[in-house]
Amino acid sequence: MAFEKMELNEVEVWDGNFAAAQAMRQVQIDVVSAYPITPSTPIVEGYAKFLADGYIEGEFMMVESEHAAMSGCIGAAAAGGRVATATSSQGLALMAETLYQASGMRLPIVLNIVNRALAAPLNVNGDHSDMYMVRDSGWIQFDAYNPQEVYDLNLIAFKVAEDHDVRLPAVVNQDGFMTSHTASNVRPLSDDEAYNFVGEFKPMNDMLDLDNPVTHGVQTEEDWHFEHKARQHNDLMTKVFPKIQEAFDAFEKLTGRRYNMVEKYLLDDAEVAVVAMGTSVETAVEVARELREEGIKAGVIGIRVFRPWPFEYIAEAIKGLKAIGTLDRSSPNGALGALYNEFAGVLVNSDQKTVLTNYVYGLGGRDLTKAHLREIFKELKANADAGKPTTELQQLIGVRGPKLAYL
Amino acid sequence: MGEMKKIKNLKEFSTSADRFEGANLLCPGCAHSIIVREILNATNDDLVLSASTGCLEVCTAVYPYTSWDASWIHIGFENGSTAVAGAEAMHKALKRKGRLKQPDRDVKFVSFAGDGASYDIGFQWISGCMERGHNMMHVVLDNEVYANTGGQRSSSTPIGASATTSPAGRVSYGEKKNKKDMVAIMAAHGIPYSAQVAPNKWKDMVKKIQHGLSVDGPVFINAMSPCTTEWKFDPKDTMMISDLATDSLVFPLYEIIDGHKLNITYRPKNIVPVEEYLAAQGRFKHLFKDEYKHLIKEWQERVDKNWEMLQRREEAGV
Repeated sequence: MAFEKMELNEVEVWDGNFAAAQAMRQVQIDVVSAYPITPSTPIVEGYAKFLADGYIEGEFMMVESEHAAMSGCIGAAAAGGRVATATSSQGLALMAETLYQASGMRLPIVLNIVNRALAAPLNVNGDHSDMYMVRDSGWIQFDAYNPQEVYDLNLIAFKVAEDHDVRLPAVVNQDGFMTSHTASNVRPLSDDEAYNFVGEFKPMNDMLDLDNPVTHGVQTEEDWHFEHKARQHNDLMTKVFPKIQEAFDAFEKLTGRRYNMVEKYLLDDAEVAVVAMGTSVETAVEVARELREEGIKAGVIGIRVFRPWPFEYIAEAIKGLKAIGTLDRSSPNGALGALYNEFAGVLVNSDQKTVLTNYVYGLGGRDLTKAHLREIFKELKANADAGKPTTELQQLIGVRGPKLAYL
Repeated sequence: MGEMKKIKNLKEFSTSADRFEGANLLCPGCAHSIIVREILNATNDDLVLSASTGCLEVCTAVYPYTSWDASWIHIGFENGSTAVAGAEAMHKALKRKGRLKQPDRDVKFVSFAGDGASYDIGFQWISGCMERGHNMMHVVLDNEVYANTGGQRSSSTPIGASATTSPAGRVSYGEKKNKKDMVAIMAAHGIPYSAQVAPNKWKDMVKKIQHGLSVDGPVFINAMSPCTTEWKFDPKDTMMISDLATDSLVFPLYEIIDGHKLNITYRPKNIVPVEEYLAAQGRFKHLFKDEYKHLIKEWQERVDKNWEMLQRREEAGV
C-alpha cells in the first residue's frame, strides 16, 4: 500500500506532542523505534495512528523499553537511514547509556524529549531534570518554548544532525504538559516543503551497503579512546554552530520565522535580565514588558541551543547587563544551578561587572508565576543598583515552608 | 533466499571464504571462533551481524582493526539483539521505499552474545526481538560464565561449577543453582525455530543454521562454547570436551519447531557417564571430594531425567 500525503491547513491547532509527531511524519523517517512514557506518549501514539491510516511508509518498532528503543534506533541508523524516537524522564534515564553510544558512534538520530521531573518522588510533570541529566552526552540539544517551535526545531534538528560534516544525534526539548499538552496555533509547512527542507537522507558508513562492509562500535582503550572523544568534542565546538546557523537561515527564508542560538528579548538597553529555558521564557518576557512600564529596564535571555553551549553568543548577549538571574528548573542537588555555572564561565574572564544570582524553580511542574518573576526582576534591579548581590546567591522559588536560600 | 550452500565434508567447509578472520584475540582453543566461523560459513547470503559486549566483541574489533568482513555492530552488553533488529527494520523500510543499494541480494541478520549477555543482562532485549517477529537469528555463545570479566557466575552456570563469584571453598561446592533453560523460554515465545548446537557436531550445526536462516521470523540458537580458561582444560581439548558434553547428554542437541514440536537431532551411540564430563574440567574438580560426590550422582540423575523428558516430547510429536 502506497503511503499518502496529508493536506494541512495554513494554521493548525496542535499541542507540542502532535507538532512533533507531524514533523516526524513529514520528514518520512525510515525507522522509529520507541516506547511510551508520559508526557511524550502522544508523540508515539500520533505516529502509530499515522501509520495505521497509511501516512507512513517507514518501519515502526514498538519495543519493550526505552533502552531498547534507542538501541533499535542505533542499529537502524547504522544500517543507513533516517531515524527518530521520543521519550521523557525515567525513560530518558533508562536510555542514558545508549545516548552516549549513539553520539560516540556518530549516528544522526533525532530524539524528542518531553521534559519531566525525575523520581523520587515519582512525578509526571514538567521540569528540566531529564534535560540536564543528559546534557554532556554528546548530543546537539535544541530547546522549544511552544508547539510551533517544537515543529520547526524538529525539521531543523534532522537537517543539522544528518549533515555529513556533523553526523551527531540531536535532541528537541519541550516542556512536559505546558508545551506537550497545550494546544496552540501552529503554522506547518506542506508535506513537500517540509520534506524538501530536510532533504533526502544520505547514508554514510551504512551497514546495508553490502559491497562495503563496515564495523561499528569498536573497542578502544587508552591508545585511541581519547582521540575519538576529542574529535567528537572538537566537532561540537567548531562545526556544529555554523551548520545550525545555515539551517536557521534557510528556515527563516522559507517561513519567515527566525531562530537564534540565544534568543534575546528586550535586551538592547536592558540593565537586568533573567535566563530561562522552555515555557518560562515566554512568561518572563511578558513580565519584563510590564516592568519596563514601571521603569525597570528588564530583558530576557532564552537558551535555544543548550549543547553545544553557545558561549560566544551569550558573551555577546549579556553585554551591558548589570545583573543576571539564572533560572534553573532542576534540583542542583548540592551545587549552584547548571545555568548559573555556565553563565559564570562566560562572565569570569570578561571585563564587565555583572552580578550573577541563581533561582531554582518549578520542580515537578510547580508553577512559576508572574508574581515570582516580578519579585526576581526587582531583586536583580537591587543587585544592579548595589553592584553586588543583595540576596543569597541561590534561592528556591515557590516552595512551601521557610525560605530556602544559600551562599 | 539464495540457493542453499552445499557442504559435504570438513575440507569443503574449511576452504569456504572467511568472513570472520583468524586474526583475532580470542584464547587459543576458544570455541567462540569455531562456532562463529561454522555459522558464517554455512551461508553464502550477505550478513549483517552484531555482538554484545563480551569476549567475542573485545577480541574481534579493537580499533583500528576488525576481524569482520561483513557489516558488524556492537553497542553494549545487553542490546546486541536489538541492534540487529533495528538494522533489520531499516532493511525492510529501505526495501519498501526502493532505496536498497543492492536490492537483489538476500541479507541475513544475526546477533551473537554470550550467556551473560543473553541469559542475564540482555534477556529482556532478546525476548522483545523474538516477540516482535524480526527476521533475525540470535546466537548464544554459551560458555556458562562471564568469561570476559574473569569468570563470574551467570544464570547459565551449572550447579557445582566453581566460578569467581560462586567459588568452591571450605564450606561451599560452588554454584548452587541449576542452569536456566533458555531454549525452552525462547521457544515459549512461539518463534518458528529454536535449537541447541555444539561446535563438535558441525554438520548438525550447519543444517540448523541453514534452516534457521531460511525461515521467516526470529530464530534462537544456543551454542555450547567450551571455555578453556574458565572451564579449566587444556586448549587442545576443546573438541574432546565438546564430545563429552554431547555424548554424556549434559548438552543434548535438539530443535523446537514453531515453539512446540521438538526433534532430537543427535543420539550418542555410546552414552558417556556425566562423571567423565565433569572430571575433564577444573571447574568441577572439587566435586570429586568425598563430601560432594553425591552431587555427581545428582548430576547424572538430572541429565537422565532431562533426556527422558526430551525423548517423551519428541515422541509426543505435538
